[in-house]
Amino acid sequence: MSVNAPSRPPRAAMRGRARPRGRHALLGWLYATPTAVFVVALFAIPLLLVIKMSVSRWPLLTGDQGVNAPANFEKAVDHRFFTDSVVFTIKYTVLATVLLLVLGLGLALLVQESSRWNNLLRASFLIPSALGLASASLLFYVFYSPYASPLKPLMDSWGFTFLGSPNAALFSTTFLIVWRYAGFYMVLMLVGLQGIPADVFEAARSDGATRAQTFWRVTLPLLRPTLALTTVLCVTGSLLAFEQFYILTKGGPDNSTITVVQLIYSVAFQGQNDLGVAAAISVIVLVALVVINALQLRAFRSEES
Amino acid sequence: MRAILGRRTALRSLAGVLVATLTIGVAACGGDDTSGTDAAQAGPNGVDDGSELTLWTRAPLEKQAKLLVDAYNASHKNQVKLTVVPNDDYVAKVGAAAGSGSLPDLFAADIVYVPNWVNQGLFQDISKNIDGLSFKDTINKGHLSAGTVDGKAHVLPFVLDLSMLFWNKQLFKDAGLDPEKAPATLDEYAAAAKKIQALKKPGVYGTATGLNCGGCLVFTWFPSIWASGGEVLSADGKQSELASDTAQKVYGTWQDLWKSGAVLPSSSAETGPTWTAAFTEGKVGLMLYPATLLSSTPFDAGVAGIPGPSGGASTFVGGDGIGVSKDSKKAAQAWNFLSWMMSEDAQVEVLAKNKDVVSRSDLAGNKYATADPRLVTINEVAGKGDTPVAMNFQQAFNAPNSPWLTLVRNQVLAGKTGDLQKDNEEITAVLKQ
Repeated sequence: MSVNAPSRPPRAAMRGRARPRGRHALLGWLYATPTAVFVVALFAIPLLLVIKMSVSRWPLLTGDQGVNAPANFEKAVDHRFFTDSVVFTIKYTVLATVLLLVLGLGLALLVQESSRWNNLLRASFLIPSALGLASASLLFYVFYSPYASPLKPLMDSWGFTFLGSPNAALFSTTFLIVWRYAGFYMVLMLVGLQGIPADVFEAARSDGATRAQTFWRVTLPLLRPTLALTTVLCVTGSLLAFEQFYILTKGGPDNSTITVVQLIYSVAFQGQNDLGVAAAISVIVLVALVVINALQLRAFRSEES
Repeated sequence: MRAILGRRTALRSLAGVLVATLTIGVAACGGDDTSGTDAAQAGPNGVDDGSELTLWTRAPLEKQAKLLVDAYNASHKNQVKLTVVPNDDYVAKVGAAAGSGSLPDLFAADIVYVPNWVNQGLFQDISKNIDGLSFKDTINKGHLSAGTVDGKAHVLPFVLDLSMLFWNKQLFKDAGLDPEKAPATLDEYAAAAKKIQALKKPGVYGTATGLNCGGCLVFTWFPSIWASGGEVLSADGKQSELASDTAQKVYGTWQDLWKSGAVLPSSSAETGPTWTAAFTEGKVGLMLYPATLLSSTPFDAGVAGIPGPSGGASTFVGGDGIGVSKDSKKAAQAWNFLSWMMSEDAQVEVLAKNKDVVSRSDLAGNKYATADPRLVTINEVAGKGDTPVAMNFQQAFNAPNSPWLTLVRNQVLAGKTGDLQKDNEEITAVLKQ
């Protein structure tokens, strides 16, 4: 099965006939196979397994004990932290998304115009993104620790700890996330900004638009695809928040910072040890994510048309 | 582009559960073939034929586990390969391995989880082997009974970890307290902590604990209740009795201590990893503290049993039990390790030499113990201690969002003392599941 460039035009001419088309189709399937294998092995099969788990009695230590639908879903919804974790996750998602998008766009506007400090600024905003989220969380664990932190004298004199109260824990964790991801969203916004043709701005300027008018009437509308992408990314990422809370707060203080994924983890591995209920919550989260993302994309699209 | 990103994030959300699913899926096909040598047929000492054995334990007992394994490997043909797992990940790792039939030959388990794990069939029955030991009656009862289901013993004590009252003799001297005399009641404990706090030394606090760490609180506060004759659980482990008068006195003392500022401030958020660090660094006057850390406490510390509100002394006989896993094909070789571990050689020349507690009462007065009176104290109190047995212990007490933690935080930090009955019933509800 050799394909070489010069022979292509004649083949294209023969397209109408059945045999070469079959061959093309075969080739196409061959090209798609590696991806398909990965999608099936790493996405479809596990997904089916989770769905199977969610309708089976499946303790961590003894494995599959047979179907018991819909008991797992009832137990999941009745879990004493289910509502709390949903409410907290939404609260955190709104906070993180607003902060990250506004900051990302702000930073992008700041470093967009060329000045001599540009490269330094871009690099310094982006450096935290080079750190894994778990490593960054560990870094902040020490930073926030009332025992080992370099800010210990400050905390002592103010009588305040970063992770000591529910609100402090939420804001401290959000700060870590903003520090870690602002540079990443800046880059996405920057790409979007640079995709806007310069002559649009020129036209706006020659029409006498002020800076504010240019921003609201020209930049933002033309940035809509980028905004859609970043919003979807940020909302999805925040709804699935786990590492930062697992490392920094473990859901505390007083169970005030349990996210949905953390609930899944704790049901599966920390005491209840029930993979069935954990899988049921996973399925609920999956459905919710699909719905939320569909709604977001529709919202951005309908305004577009 | 969006679709791909969405898919990727969806994947991420499931990743944790998926890994477990996959492994369990594989396990389901594996079936149960328990071929290989049977431990009981191999005689009292098992088989030492140069096999490689695997052993898992959790990080807090790393030091003791390493010493034991090194000593065994140096004197036997069998070689044990030790894997140390972070404390928080241990249950997840064992769970995944149990599901996929890939447990190591030997593994240790926090003694409070042992009843549940034995019940789930993770350990092989080694009662015949244990019956063959001439010193069977001297093995620590708490650990042995935690691993016994229907009269069959599955687990031997690996490392005993007792909670004891430790005090910093230098700070006691500075505060005008008698450095050779332990506080005899919980009130005296509180008074000593406040006196040390009153020194106003920078960075020095009266006492410390882990108020966001269910395991730490179980380990250090249950003995106070026992010392005054109270109980924490019903005999069948399904009923919480943590709203008793004695328990209330314990919470009250700690609430008063917290309000007075004599408790290390980071204690309120302490989830466990650094709960003993301040005392080890000499910045805390007295503390209810694990006896396994005796050898790594660098200054002159006094040791006594944990007193209750009305005096007495008790301890939580914690630590880890160890057994042969259901998946082991080398049970006879694994028993060789276990029988050596219970021998005088291992107990005295490895554990006692490292200032650890021996798991056999007939060896309590060994030469290393008599050389350090603190070890004699620990060994004596060990006999008065207790190990609570409950199937859902982890979920009720140790989990980061356990109802026990809610109870303690309401009593001590939030001042919601009226919630005691409700919080206690929540623990019972979990224990009954």
